[in-house]
Amino acid sequence: MGLEEKIPSGFLLTTVEGLAGYARKKSVWTVTFGLACCAIEMMSAGGPRYDLGRFGMEVFRPSPRQADLMIVAGRVSQKMAPIVRQVYDQMSNPKWVISMGACASSGGMFNNYAIVQGVDHIVPVDIYLPGCPPRPEQLEDAILKLHEQIQQTKIGANREKEIAELEAKALVAEPVQDMKGLLR
Amino acid sequence: MADLPPALSGFWVTFRTMFQKVVTEQYPEQAAKYPPKPRFHGRHQLNRHPDGLEKCVGCELCAWACPADAIYVQGAANVEGDRHSPGERYGRVYQINYLRCIFCAMCIEACPTRALTMTHEFDLADHSREVLIYEKDQLLAPLTENMVAPPHAMVAGTTEKDYYEGKVTGATTEQREEVAHREEAEEADEVVDAEASS
Repeated sequence: MGLEEKIPSGFLLTTVEGLAGYARKKSVWTVTFGLACCAIEMMSAGGPRYDLGRFGMEVFRPSPRQADLMIVAGRVSQKMAPIVRQVYDQMSNPKWVISMGACASSGGMFNNYAIVQGVDHIVPVDIYLPGCPPRPEQLEDAILKLHEQIQQTKIGANREKEIAELEAKALVAEPVQDMKGLLR
Repeated sequence: MADLPPALSGFWVTFRTMFQKVVTEQYPEQAAKYPPKPRFHGRHQLNRHPDGLEKCVGCELCAWACPADAIYVQGAANVEGDRHSPGERYGRVYQINYLRCIFCAMCIEACPTRALTMTHEFDLADHSREVLIYEKDQLLAPLTENMVAPPHAMVAGTTEKDYYEGKVTGATTEQREEVAHREEAEEADEVVDAEASS
């Protein structure tokens, strides 16, 4: 990143960020990662009735280096976990992950030793999508929520600052086991 | 079109398709045009009696029936002055983990009071695991005109049985006054707290 570090932050950079966000969100390419029944709904979403081509993301292809988004659709077994991670590592930045369905998000009803209890144990997840399996509209809804996030993503020095801020915030965040709510 | 040579009959299919109706659902823009089927399993809802008291009695049968252990219920006793449901007990804590829930509706079948039903809402995707554990306040049905927000007393002179026989049709003036009185007291408390902290 050459130019955007040299010019002062402000009006110009903000508009560049907005433009980059728009370009990025309108052509999110997806790496194929269908593991179970959720993949059937994902394929259906790519078909003519739901038509992900309307969002510029009809390209489902097994080439992580050209992909921006990994939709983990289905239950991730312990044996599959390193492969999910490898595919994620092979994707080039910026990259996003949707955890589609109950099994990928938290293990779902498979609370046993064979299934990873949430794909966020191995890759950072941006959107969690409940449902068993989620209908294609739900996947489209999750993708649109991801689009909002992509539009807000900063670039260059601002992104580095944002990452540092998020990390600082995460370090002082309340641990999950202390979130009691109404429990006593 | 059996007369066409095989090479052309394929093109005929392509040509004919151009005049067929477009089947694509324009999801976010025209979502209302394609509602789910009537028996679709969406987000849960905790229903209320016609006067606003909750139907949930905190029996935990939904949690027992759940194959994914997605539901957590903690019951508590209704006491005088803090009544949330007719009868002895109510669900004090009611959580559904939507990342575990498989929308199988076994909980709906298990519910003895028809407190738990499912809506057609399905756009639940979110950015973190914590916010997808829905608490009771997110699951409770909205109040209608005839209802007032619990805790409040049962309709005077009725028993739990009358509620299930449909003899209660809405909140009475007594209940409305009780709730209005309680809300006033809470507002006054808040003002006192704000003054104390400032």
